[in-house]
Amino acid sequence: MRCPTNVDRLKFSLVIFAIAITAIYPGRAAAFCGFYVGKADASLHNHSSKVVIVRHDEKTVLSIMSDYQGDLSQFAMVVPVPVVLTREQIHIGDVEVFKHLDAYSAPRLVEYDDPSPCPMMFPRAEAGAGAAMPFGAQSSVSSSAKALGVEIKARFTVGEYDIVILSASQSDGLETWLVENGYRIPKGAAAALEPYIRDGMKFFVAKVNLKAQTKLGLNYLRPIQFAFESSKFMLPIRLGMLNASGPQELTVYTLTENGRVETTNYRTVRMPTGISIPNYVRDDFDNVYSAIFTHQAKINDMNAVFTEYTWNMGWCDPCAAPPLSRDELRELGVFWLGDPNPTQPFGAPPAFGYSQMAPTQVILTRLHLRYSPATFPEDLMFQETNDAQNFQTRYVLHRAWSGSPEVCPAATTYLHDLDQRRAKRAQNLADLTGWDLNEIMRRAGLNPSLKPRPWWQGLWN
Amino acid sequence: MVLLGSIIAAGAWRYDVGVGLTQIALTVASAILAQLFFDRLAGQRSRSIRSPLVTSLSISILLRATSLWMYPAVAVAAIGSKYIIRVRGKHLFNPSCFGVIFALSLFPGVWVSPGQWGAGVAIAGWIVAAGAIVTARAASADISASFVVLYSAGLTARVLWYGQRWAVLIHQMSNGALLLFAFFMLSDPKTIPDSRRGRTVHAAAVAAIALILQFWLYANNALLWALFLAAPAVTIWNARWPAPQFTWNSEGENECAVQQM
Repeated sequence: MRCPTNVDRLKFSLVIFAIAITAIYPGRAAAFCGFYVGKADASLHNHSSKVVIVRHDEKTVLSIMSDYQGDLSQFAMVVPVPVVLTREQIHIGDVEVFKHLDAYSAPRLVEYDDPSPCPMMFPRAEAGAGAAMPFGAQSSVSSSAKALGVEIKARFTVGEYDIVILSASQSDGLETWLVENGYRIPKGAAAALEPYIRDGMKFFVAKVNLKAQTKLGLNYLRPIQFAFESSKFMLPIRLGMLNASGPQELTVYTLTENGRVETTNYRTVRMPTGISIPNYVRDDFDNVYSAIFTHQAKINDMNAVFTEYTWNMGWCDPCAAPPLSRDELRELGVFWLGDPNPTQPFGAPPAFGYSQMAPTQVILTRLHLRYSPATFPEDLMFQETNDAQNFQTRYVLHRAWSGSPEVCPAATTYLHDLDQRRAKRAQNLADLTGWDLNEIMRRAGLNPSLKPRPWWQGLWN
Repeated sequence: MVLLGSIIAAGAWRYDVGVGLTQIALTVASAILAQLFFDRLAGQRSRSIRSPLVTSLSISILLRATSLWMYPAVAVAAIGSKYIIRVRGKHLFNPSCFGVIFALSLFPGVWVSPGQWGAGVAIAGWIVAAGAIVTARAASADISASFVVLYSAGLTARVLWYGQRWAVLIHQMSNGALLLFAFFMLSDPKTIPDSRRGRTVHAAAVAAIALILQFWLYANNALLWALFLAAPAVTIWNARWPAPQFTWNSEGENECAVQQM
C-alpha cells in the first residue's frame, strides 16, 4: 500500500469538496406540499394544519385538521395513504378532543412571586395557563368515469364527508381525473403526485357532503381519521403546498408508547424554554410566542422541526389543561389502552389523582414546523426514540416582592437590583424574538439606558 | 482526531446535538481502560490509544441515551468486541458500529438521532472536507469515496424513478449523519478489506444493504445496520483478494504504517 502524499491528500480533499459543493447547491424547483386540492377559485390558502399520529408497532391512526375557513362546497382534501382504506378504517373525530390535546400541550407562561429577600418567608409559586389554538376545516371532490389509469377503489360517505379512495398508475391520469371532476389543480400537481404513485400509494379524496353537513348542523369541518398498518412512519407534506400562498404551519402531535418522536430527515430542535421574560408579556403571550417561534425558525435556517412538548400523558406540571382522559385518547386512536381496567399491563396508577386518568404509557410529542418547498423538500420521516424524558416550552414571569426596604438589609439590595433583573429579562426576550431591545425596555416600563450590570460589579462590596 | 473532536464540539454547541462533556469523558475513559485491560488479558503490549479514542468519540457522537452509565457500558462492549469477535487474527466488526448496534439491540433508553446533524450547507461541506483529510491520511480514503459514489448513485436512481425533485437528492446527500458515517466510521482501516478491490466490493455491499433497509424496509439507522451486516463478508473479500494489513502505529507518527500478514 502506498502512503498518500500531500498532493494526493489535497487532490482527494478537493474532489470530495467539489462533490459536496455540487451536491449542496440545489436548483430551486417549484413544488408544493400539503393536503388540499381546491375546487374553483375559492380562497384555498392552507396556512396551518394539525395532525395527530398515533403509532405503535406498525399500526397507525392518522387524524388531520386544517384551518380552512372558506366555502365548504369549494374544497377537497387529497391525502396519499399507503393502503386502500375501507369504511371501517375511517372515522370522523371530535373537534373538542383535538382542542383539548392542543391546549394540554401548548407552550405556556408561568408566573412566580419573587420570594422575600428577608429570611423566614417562604416562596409561593403559581402557574398560569397556555392558550388553545384555533382549529380548522377541510372539504370537497367528486368522481367521474375511470380514465387514464385511475381506479376508484372505494366510495362511501362518513359523517359530513364523501370519500373516494383512488389508485392511479400515472400522475397525468390522476390530474386529469381530478380536473374532469371539477377540481382546479395548481400547475405542477402531476409532478407532485408522481412520486406517491410510483411508491404505490393510494389517494384518499374527501369532499363535504353539504346535505349531511346541514343535517348535522355543523358550521365547521371535523377532523378525519384513518387507521392503517404500514412500516412507513411518515407524513406526506408535499401536496399541502398546492394552494399555499407562503410558508405553511404544521403542528404534529404524536402519541406513542415508549418515547418521544423526532424526525429522522430533518433536525429536531427543542424550543428554548424556562427563560424569564418581562411581565407585560402576560397579556400578549400568543403574539409573543408566535414571534419567538418565527425567530427560532429563522435562526435555525427554516429547516428545523421544533419540539414544543413531550410528556407522559398521565400528568402535567404545570398544567395548561388537564391531561386527556382514557376515552379521549381512544377517540384519538390510542388503541393499546384496552379496557379501562386497572389490570392493564401498562396501567400504572395515574399521577396527581386526576379522575379517569390516562395510563402512563402514552407519550405525547408536539412538533411544530414552518415549511416551504425550498426548506422542506422531502416528506417528514419519523422515528420513535426511547427517550421518555418530559419537556415543555415554558416562559417565566416574576412578580416582584413588594415589601419595604426597612424590613431587613437584604431587602435594600433586592430592591436595588430589581431593575437590573428586569433589564436582563428584557434582553432575554430580545434574544428569543429578535425584537429591538429598546422597544422591549420601553414596553416593560424600563429606562432604555439601563443595561444589565457587569458580573463583577458589586463583587467585593 | 482533532477534527472528530471539533465535530463533537460544533455539534454540541452549535447544533444542540445533546453531547455532554461528562458523557464524552466517561466514554473515552472507559474505552481506553477497556483497551488496556483487554490488551493485558490477551498478553499483548499495550498499543496506541488512538483506536479506542476514535471508537469512543464516534459512540459519543452517535448514541443518545437516557442514562449516563450506558456510554461506558457501550464503550467497553465496543472495545471488547475487538478481542472477542475475531476471524483469522483480525477483529470482525467496526468497534463503534458494533457498540451502537449492541446498545440499540440490548439496552433500554438508547437511540440514534440521524436527523440531528441537519442538512445545512456549512455542516455538510465542513464534515466532508474534514473527513476527506482524515481518511486521506489514514490511507482508507478510497472506501469512503467508493461508498459516497455508490450510495449517491442509488439515491439518484431513486429520485429519477420516483420522479422527485433534485432538491430531495441534495437534501439526502447533505445529511451530516451520512457524511459522518462515510468518512469517520466506514473508513476504519482495521475492519475494511485489505485490498482496494475488496474495499470497493465492501463499499458496494454496505451501500446496497443501506439503501434496501432504508427505502424498502423503512428501517431506522440503515447505515449502521448495513455496516454491521456487511462486516462478516470482509473475511471473504480478504481471502479472495489478499493484501497487506493495516495496523495502528503505536508511535502515532506514521499513520500509514503497514504490516505484512
